[in-house]
Formats: sequence, C-alpha cells, structure tokens
Amino acid sequence: MKQIKIYEKAGSFAENKDVAKAIRVKEIISALSNKEDVVLDFAKVEAVTQSFIHALISGVIRKYGNEVLDKISFKSCNDTVKKIINIVIDYMQE
Amino acid sequence: MKIHLPNSAFLGNIDPFIRGFDPASPNTLEISANDKWISVHPVVLSMLAALGLTMKQKKIHCAKFEAKSKHYLARMGLFKILKIQSDFGFTEHEPAGRFIPITQIKTSNELTRFITEMIPLLHLEPEPAKTIAYIISELVRNVLEHAATKNGAILCAQYYKKSNSIRIGIADKGMGIKESINQSYSAANDLDAIKLALQPGITGATKREGGTEQNAGAGLFFIKSIASVNRDFFIIYSGTGFYKLLKKPPGSRIKLNADPQKDRHSENSDMPFWLGTVIGIDISLDQTEEFSLLLDAIRKTYSSAIKERKKAKHRKPKFI
Repeated sequence: MKQIKIYEKAGSFAENKDVAKAIRVKEIISALSNKEDVVLDFAKVEAVTQSFIHALISGVIRKYGNEVLDKISFKSCNDTVKKIINIVIDYMQE
Repeated sequence: MKIHLPNSAFLGNIDPFIRGFDPASPNTLEISANDKWISVHPVVLSMLAALGLTMKQKKIHCAKFEAKSKHYLARMGLFKILKIQSDFGFTEHEPAGRFIPITQIKTSNELTRFITEMIPLLHLEPEPAKTIAYIISELVRNVLEHAATKNGAILCAQYYKKSNSIRIGIADKGMGIKESINQSYSAANDLDAIKLALQPGITGATKREGGTEQNAGAGLFFIKSIASVNRDFFIIYSGTGFYKLLKKPPGSRIKLNADPQKDRHSENSDMPFWLGTVIGIDISLDQTEEFSLLLDAIRKTYSSAIKERKKAKHRKPKFI
C-alpha cells in the first residue's frame, strides 16, 4: 500500500495544481500500475481547492475508470476537504 | 489608451468608469484623475497596473494628481509598479491588516508563495482567510493557465472597516474569455463567453464533461457561488462583455444557479474593448457563510447542471 502525505507536498492550503499533477503522475498512477492500493493522507491539510483535487484525481478516474476508487482511500480529511473531494468525484462519475 | 480615475468607482457604480476607458492607441497610456478626490475599488488599480505593464514607461503619461487621496494610490504601489515618479512624498504604512498592494503574479510557485505570505497580512479569522485564499488561488490560476500572457495576473485587495469587507481586484491583458472558451465552444460574443465560463463544467480546454486532467471548468462557478452566498458584488469584464452579480438584500433566500442568466445581475455587451479579463469581488466578512455549507449547495447545483446538460445532449434513435 502506498501512503501519500499531501501536507508534506502541498502544505496546509493545498492549491498548487502543478504539485497535484506531480503527485498524480509520479506517485498515484505509478503505485496503481504496480497493483498497489493508494492512501491519500490529508492530515494537517486545512483546506484544498477544487482545482487541486481535480488535478490530483480526475485523470486517475478517467484512466482507470470509476472502479479505481475501490483502490484509493482518503485519510484524515476535515469536513471541507471531504466535501470538495465528493464534488470532484461526483462530477467525474456523472 | 486613456483611463480616468473618478472620485468614486466601486463595484456598485463601476459601469461609468469602464465606459470611460478608451482603448484606442494601444501603444500609449494617458492617466488622468479627479482633482478633488479619488476613491476606487482595488479592481480599478489592478486594471491600471495591468495596462501600464503592457508598455514602456516612457509611453505612460500620467497627469499631475491633485486629489488628497493620491497618497492612497502610492500606498497601494501604483506608481511603483508603473515606474512613475510621484511628485509628492508619502508615509509608507505597514500593509498588515489593511491591504494587499498591487502585486504581479507570473508563475504557479509565485502564487503559492503569495498565498502563504500575503493572506496572513490581512489578519482575518481562519474561515474568511480560507475563503479569500481560495478566491485568489482559483482566479489567479485561471489567468496563469488560460490567459496566455507573459505579464501574468495583477491583483490587489483592501479591507474596508466601515463595511467590514475585503474587496479584491484581479486583471490581466491576456487573450480574454471569448478566445479562451472558443477553443472548445462557439460563443457569439464576449458576454455570451463570460456566461458560458461561469457555468459549472465549461472550460475552453475541452468540451468533454469532467474537463481535462488539469481543468474542470469549475473555478469561476465556485467564485460566483461564493459571491452569491455572500450576497455581495462580483463583476467580470472581458472584451466588450460585462457581467455584474448584484448585491442581495440580507435575509433574502439564496439559491445557487448553474446558469448565470438566472442570477440577479446586470450585463452589457458593448463596453470599451478590454483585451484580457478583469474580475472584481467584494466579500463581506459579516456575512461569510460557513464554507462547508456552501459546498453542499455547490455539489447539488453542479450535479444537476451536468445531468441537465447530458439530458439535453441525449438523442433517441430515429425509427422510420
């Protein structure tokens, strides 16, 4: 299982889409290609933008299909972060 | 180009200021101002700086400012960014707790640094600070990703004690919303392009539902939603198009609309041509709703907008 600590890469306000893209390409997709499950750990992340979450996971959902969400877990998210993740995952599956 | 700073230009009464902008002769800039008083929204200063940064300093002709309030323009960094020598001395105040001076942001990392270092200077409570950071991040990233301009985004912000509000202005001299959105859509004019860009899931990057890996086309819809819930003004000006979300009376029911046409607004499709995009927003700190509740409403509106678009695109087989 691959654990990715978002705070270490994006800080307490995760908004840099270039950072999100780097996590997606270098860590999430790479782990999934190696048949590893992924845990995105949002501990200490106080806020995120919709754009950040979109850049982090939309390409993954599009590449592997909705089923990939069985292999990705979102850990230690506060309510606001959870809601933004829900919005992005909703519209990617509509 | 000619631009005149009036005695008052805030989002509620900004229309005459914009109508007075003369985009002819784009290689020179003449700046004039009201003699008695100049009291303007940060968006006006961002526009002025964005214009000035497109040309050499010697092509900028700035009239002698007589108004006492000229010191405010100096404090906001207008003369510094335009490299114009002001003919008066002024006391430089620490910006902490009052304003964010005119700032040019050209890269993604500059934006991250700006948010980390500048937003805390406004000394806001954690919730409104997050909202302001969110707005600035999404709006500036839009410029960096879609405007295709080497000058990036110009922004400034001011706290107003009397109204307990933060007013933010962001301007760029890039390609404008119509050219950007029409990479995937076919908006007939600038105003139509603005209205398309305000809808959730519409981006110039692709026509595909859900956007591209990097762009969802949701940023402006989120910002308009924040402004709606906050009941305060929000304007977008690009090309000849101008859209203003109007202030809502306290106590009135708030409903988020995916279609900006359904919001209480004013619009204009024959403003003087602004090559680029200008966005102004007022955030009343007394009325900042819980961001988390706003997200529930956004999720619902977003989802039904996508369903409706899919339904509209759905075709049944023709049996003949």
